[in-house]
Amino acid sequence: MTAETKDPVYVTDALIAEDIDAYLLKHQHKTMLRFITCGSVDDGKSTLIGRLLYDTKMIFEDQLASLEHDSKAVGTQGGEIDFALLVDGLAAEREQGITIDVAYRFFATDKRKFIVADTPGHEQYTRNMVTGASTADLAVILIDARQGVLTQTRRHSYLVNLLGIRNIVLAVNKMDLVGYSQERFYEIVKDYAHFAKQIGMESFLPIPISGLRGDNMVTKSPEMPWYQGPSLLQHLEEAPINDSRMIDKPFRMAVQWVNRPNLDFRGFAGQIGAGVVRPGDAIRVLPSGKTTTVKSIVTFDGDLEQAIAGQSVTLTFDDEVDCSRGDVITRADAPCEVADQFEAALVWMDEHEMLPGRPYLLKIGTQTVTATVTEPKYEVNVNTLEHLASRTLGLNAIGVVNISTDRPIPFEAYADNPDLGGFILIDRMSNATVAAGLIHFALRRSQNIHWQAVDINREAHAAQKNQTARVVWFTGLSGSGKSTIANLVEKKLHAMGKHTFLLDGDNVRHGLNRDLGFTDADRVENIRRVGEVARLMTDAGLIVLTAFISPFRSERRMVRELMAPGEFIEVHVNTPLDVAEARDVKGLYKKARSGQLKNFTGIDSPYEAPEAAEITVNTVELSAEDAADQVIAAILSR
Amino acid sequence: MPQSLPAFDSATLTHLQRLEAESIHIMREVVANAENPVMLYSVGKDSATMLHLAKKAFYPAPPPFPLLHVDTTWKFRAMYDLRDKAAKDAGMDLLVHHNPEAMEKGINPFDHGGLHTDMWKTEGLKQALTKYNFDVAFGGARRDEEKSRAKERVFSFRSANHRWDPKNQRPELWKLYNTRKAKTESIRVFPISNWTELDIWQYIHLEGIEIVPLYFSEPRPVVERDGLLIMVDDDRFRLRPGEVPQMKSIRFRTLGCYPLTGAVESEATTLPEVIQEMLLTTTSERQGRAIDHDQSASMEKKKQEGYF
Repeated sequence: MTAETKDPVYVTDALIAEDIDAYLLKHQHKTMLRFITCGSVDDGKSTLIGRLLYDTKMIFEDQLASLEHDSKAVGTQGGEIDFALLVDGLAAEREQGITIDVAYRFFATDKRKFIVADTPGHEQYTRNMVTGASTADLAVILIDARQGVLTQTRRHSYLVNLLGIRNIVLAVNKMDLVGYSQERFYEIVKDYAHFAKQIGMESFLPIPISGLRGDNMVTKSPEMPWYQGPSLLQHLEEAPINDSRMIDKPFRMAVQWVNRPNLDFRGFAGQIGAGVVRPGDAIRVLPSGKTTTVKSIVTFDGDLEQAIAGQSVTLTFDDEVDCSRGDVITRADAPCEVADQFEAALVWMDEHEMLPGRPYLLKIGTQTVTATVTEPKYEVNVNTLEHLASRTLGLNAIGVVNISTDRPIPFEAYADNPDLGGFILIDRMSNATVAAGLIHFALRRSQNIHWQAVDINREAHAAQKNQTARVVWFTGLSGSGKSTIANLVEKKLHAMGKHTFLLDGDNVRHGLNRDLGFTDADRVENIRRVGEVARLMTDAGLIVLTAFISPFRSERRMVRELMAPGEFIEVHVNTPLDVAEARDVKGLYKKARSGQLKNFTGIDSPYEAPEAAEITVNTVELSAEDAADQVIAAILSR
Repeated sequence: MPQSLPAFDSATLTHLQRLEAESIHIMREVVANAENPVMLYSVGKDSATMLHLAKKAFYPAPPPFPLLHVDTTWKFRAMYDLRDKAAKDAGMDLLVHHNPEAMEKGINPFDHGGLHTDMWKTEGLKQALTKYNFDVAFGGARRDEEKSRAKERVFSFRSANHRWDPKNQRPELWKLYNTRKAKTESIRVFPISNWTELDIWQYIHLEGIEIVPLYFSEPRPVVERDGLLIMVDDDRFRLRPGEVPQMKSIRFRTLGCYPLTGAVESEATTLPEVIQEMLLTTTSERQGRAIDHDQSASMEKKKQEGYF
């Protein structure tokens, strides 16, 4: 288009003044590239972005005036313009403790609009870097030419590669400070290439630059005639965009919303994740697998003859096929896989560690399901690339785990389609986004284990015993009286001819759960197993009584959800800590207070009281007998 | 070939197509998840763009939520005219909220300075959201507007008393927005976060979106006050001794309460001319707003308190 491909500085200023219509026409065909900058703290990230904003004229006079003023006052460049100050609204905010966060910045050239995710360098902000990287088409990894490849460089490269960014620029910065040395540049490139190979990075483009002096930023630097490649901005203008990569793949669209303005119209709205769709195309709805054909592609601007990856559209079908939010529409002859067990990489983003067995919400595409980490496989030491055995993952840890969902979901490997392979985990209590996940592949075993249908079902078992199956779940502090009351309740029910079974915390830990300790992760697994056992017993028609501290709401809720509605009765044995501690039947509080016993609920491990227990018994006011009668009355009245 | 299918020379969407698709995706996520969403509508060009995108997102249905205008009674008259027309054209309900306390006390931009924005807008917005029990509110803020916006998420959470906690933002990955919240919390959603001022103008031009005529130059009565050109839009305007309104060819780059909004002298009477002026201009957009001038961190502070 322009003759000045070697010189992409803003040459259209003249066009703006002379022929604005021509200018607008040209600019409406611009594409958009999203990229991320990363690197160690002093590698010159802010200067690089400031320079790009400055050179593409994204800085207004009032901003420039304050920049010049600030450069003199607090700049680090001896009174010359300090470009870093442009982006470091951050610096001041960091002092107030607010910015540890991704900031998005915008600039444009004749060919493209750019969105830069400016992410913090420190290790403790990994989650913010991953946030920025998740939407990037390209990554610029900065290296200080004097420092070479640092731990932080490796860490960021690992993450960028993990997130599947294929366009990687290695910007070797501060070349002016190493005398524009070709040797130094190649030394660093060689070092980096070695590391890149180790992490499976397919390719990267090294560019020697000086953000401060502008060498190879916008135009080719006369200081480095030995460098034959493009300037940074030239490359940013030419690099491919992710959406274009997805166009050649089979059609995929996750349904966001069903549009039914009236009885005559039923459209399926979504953003196309991959491929192309045209009216008449045979499509398949997953997970149901039903097939139909596309009738029309409806938009506000009229029906389309085709739509491609990246577009938000509404499809109508020829037949009344069942399809709702969360379903994935695919090409009929090239559907994606459906499974409920996966191997996935996880980046943990929450202060509370990952707990295997705890149910989290998993959002993938437009679908949200319940999922648990069934098996942590290993944690990756990003600095050394070592695999470490781990039961859990802490904040900013990266690991590989097996994950199980409560129902089969359509998916693709993240590497093939980030839209259907990337997911987030959400804590069900705090609603926090606790992890980013990337699906590797489905585990075959889930597809090979089927439910065996049995003729004598749970209703038959219960009817024979002339009772309704129940789980009566006693929760409370150690020494609150759970076991005592549960035991009395069982005796009384037994005397009434009811078929019962009492699962007691201490007893279970002698056998079934002998291998578990008292860490948070083990407590979760303890309750998960007890919940499963209790469920089997309700299938057998029993009234199951359980006496476990079960300190976490999440796990009690998990068990509740295993059971049929109304089957689970939570009994909060509400004894204040000081009362339970004064009783100290087993002498455990004393041990815990003296430090001999770790992770003791109420002392150095939390107890989350039920918010809406079916029954609450007050053991300060009631005797154990009266409490048991209260519970029985409540059970039998339900 | 239908007009709406642009030539894909490289099978790549243009920047505006990509931005449009993203905004539509965001709006649909809200509607699929929210119990009672609302769109904040301030009648400016960003609101106009957002409303246009909403029509596209849910077509052929009308956008399935109402518009809410948190009014100060001090907007330009031309804004009220377009507001009512735009809601009607879109087939949407329009809710207008006036802070009764501000009304009763006669809070105005002449006597009450910062309190004017505080009571009418910040408090008014909180009142309205609480009154109608909205759990999600769309807003037309953009990340390129101002430093603290650059860091804000697309889905931005507010506590029960509508405060923003910048230290405690959820990571926002891919396009997987976590819309879960506690009963008492609410969410502000910014579907045009990634649009720049130029993107907005270009889109308005391309799509033929109707905007308030005040964006185009015309001779209007103004006085110069504290370095700003203020338009005398009605007879509530209190002239200072010696002030005489002059007719000048002016237009506005942003719109707010008329006594607080600075005009620029201009001859731009068409959209391309407005864009041309914007591209050749040398001061940033928010300079015309008196509200930001207090101190550089003022917007951030206002936002924490619940200002949009």
